[in-house]
Amino acid sequence: MELHYVWHPGYIGGSGGLSGFLIVPHGRIPMKLHEYQAKEVLRAYGVPTPRGTMAKTVAEARSAAADLGGRVVVKAQIHAGGRGKGGGVKLAHSVDEAERHAAAILGMTLVTHQTGPQGRLVQRLLVEEQLPIEREIYLGITLDRALEKPVLMASAQGGVEIEEVAARDPSAILREAIHGAQLQGYQARRLAFALGIAPEARASAVQAMQALAKAYDESDASLVEINPFVLTTDGRAVALDAKMDVDDNALFRHPDLAELRDLGEEEPLETDAIDHGLNYIKLDGNVGCMVNGAGLAMATMDIIQYAGGMPANFLDVGGGANKDQIKNGFRIILSDPNAKAIMINIFGGILKVDVLAEGIVAAAQELKIDVPMVLRLEGTNVEKGREILADSGLDFIVASDMKEAAQQAVARAG
Amino acid sequence: MSILVDETTRVVVQGLGRAGLFHAEQCMRFGANIVAGVHPGRGGGEALGFPVFDTMREAVAQARPDASLAFVPAAGAADAVLEAIEAELALVACITEGIPARDMVRVADALCGSATRLIGPNCPGVISPGKCKLGIMPGHIHKPGSVGVVSRSGTLTYEAVGQLSSLGIGQSTCIGIGGDPVIGTNFIDVLEMFNEDSDTTGIIMIGEIGGTAEERAAEFVKGRIQKPIVGFIAGATAPPGRRMGHAGAIISGGKGTAAEKQAAMEAAGIAVAPTPADLGSTLAALI
Repeated sequence: MELHYVWHPGYIGGSGGLSGFLIVPHGRIPMKLHEYQAKEVLRAYGVPTPRGTMAKTVAEARSAAADLGGRVVVKAQIHAGGRGKGGGVKLAHSVDEAERHAAAILGMTLVTHQTGPQGRLVQRLLVEEQLPIEREIYLGITLDRALEKPVLMASAQGGVEIEEVAARDPSAILREAIHGAQLQGYQARRLAFALGIAPEARASAVQAMQALAKAYDESDASLVEINPFVLTTDGRAVALDAKMDVDDNALFRHPDLAELRDLGEEEPLETDAIDHGLNYIKLDGNVGCMVNGAGLAMATMDIIQYAGGMPANFLDVGGGANKDQIKNGFRIILSDPNAKAIMINIFGGILKVDVLAEGIVAAAQELKIDVPMVLRLEGTNVEKGREILADSGLDFIVASDMKEAAQQAVARAG
Repeated sequence: MSILVDETTRVVVQGLGRAGLFHAEQCMRFGANIVAGVHPGRGGGEALGFPVFDTMREAVAQARPDASLAFVPAAGAADAVLEAIEAELALVACITEGIPARDMVRVADALCGSATRLIGPNCPGVISPGKCKLGIMPGHIHKPGSVGVVSRSGTLTYEAVGQLSSLGIGQSTCIGIGGDPVIGTNFIDVLEMFNEDSDTTGIIMIGEIGGTAEERAAEFVKGRIQKPIVGFIAGATAPPGRRMGHAGAIISGGKGTAAEKQAAMEAAGIAVAPTPADLGSTLAALI
């Protein structure tokens, strides 16, 4: 499942009042790495990076700055971009100044255009050497769905708002499709020439681009981005910043990368859901919903809004949900006090309706659910499922189609 | 008529775990002619009355299947599809969800120039009602007829079919193409087949936010397809994405919102259903 949508900074607090969280049509949220973790991975593949150390305390940051000679950059490590503008990246000219910056940044709530208004608590820093920068270049690799291949994108206008560059002048973005997992030497050279990289830095830039492509492939990344990739006055090509997302579906073969997950950066409820094989995103409305399939879940959110209400969440129980998952789904929906009614919209294929019905009954009894539950069930074993609900003696509102279910749920949520 | 599968289709099931067996039985109930199963280590045995083989090569040699229905778990699913491609099966419907994107890039490479068409992965498969069910869709909601349904979302496909059948409108073939970033068969492939199928007289096409597949399909429809088409985009009211990098936005050229997709559909003469509950009625009004 891929999930690249355009970010609209102006949307927050806009018409819908929704909280700006990610909707993932299919598959799961990719695992994001911190900058320092991404650089460790890239370094192992031969991508040059500045010397630096991760620090969790001011004392650690001071000692890292001392090791690097005092002239350092102190960078907040959060899973969002725009850190510099938000005050999360500071240059220091001495160990003392580095310590002051570390003290100011650690523990701050950093608000950037990608964190949402609530911001992110900074719990880790990267302390790095400063480099003599001559030029800044943009490099990024992600999957091109139309080509069905990863594409390396490069621009001579790195370090600035690259999306604006791309929108204003698409020809400023150079592209090389990666065939058979490898960026060929001639492709990297073509980019180096087109970017106007000076002869003395050309070989190292070519080597770094090829290493980047190899790292992307072998790590099962869904995104690698170096912005900026810098050329130094002494002829080196170095990844000054690094972003890396890893395909969650491939973590089973990367136990080392799986360990890099930073739970402190994730919504606790969303993590809880992932642990139970559910895809949950908290929203700001009052109609809780439980749906199977991401497309139907989004359509359910759509129809709740057409019915005049607002969804409290997005919850996809997936194709093969079992009783436990259903119970955990209810528990997670109800941990949001704003959920005043629950709409259950299930069209069972893999997920059999009778299994779902058993789960609903068990959960309603165990969790003592006291908000109205509106059910719309269709699909495999639907008659058996309806029997189970009818025999349970519990009070469910059964709707005949999704429009009626949405109207009922919105009305009951008040 | 119908597309992709019909009463002559000879099916092999790859992966006979609990899900594989349950759905194989359901498929047989709705007309699938299952001639073999492939499950490494269970060769020589039998399941639901059909022979089981260790390898696809043996299954092809002895049972002559031409379509596979794959339930192999995510870690081995791409390998199973590659095995079916090597055996030159005409059609593979891969139901498995959660296949790493990198594996699917390899599969896409192997499909190029091969004899095989892949549906999915992460999809419900394909059904020609009354003829053959090659997938996990609930068979009883379908009704033989002349509307083709194609969708990125599995459960929304069922939604459309349920609405059509309850209005008395039958379906020629219904296909869930899957919502993964790399899929074997896209909207354009299916629209082209529906256009050429003389018994398909109307089409429902269901997309969702993200990517640009719907925009490309709408561009294809323009001037080429005269049959009435109803469209829907799920996620029109979804909040915008939170993401870290810029590469995704650059690659999609800033496209992929519901509004852009709906506009592209309307510009191509596709009737956009106002809500997901109006898929059937919007089509009924056109035919």
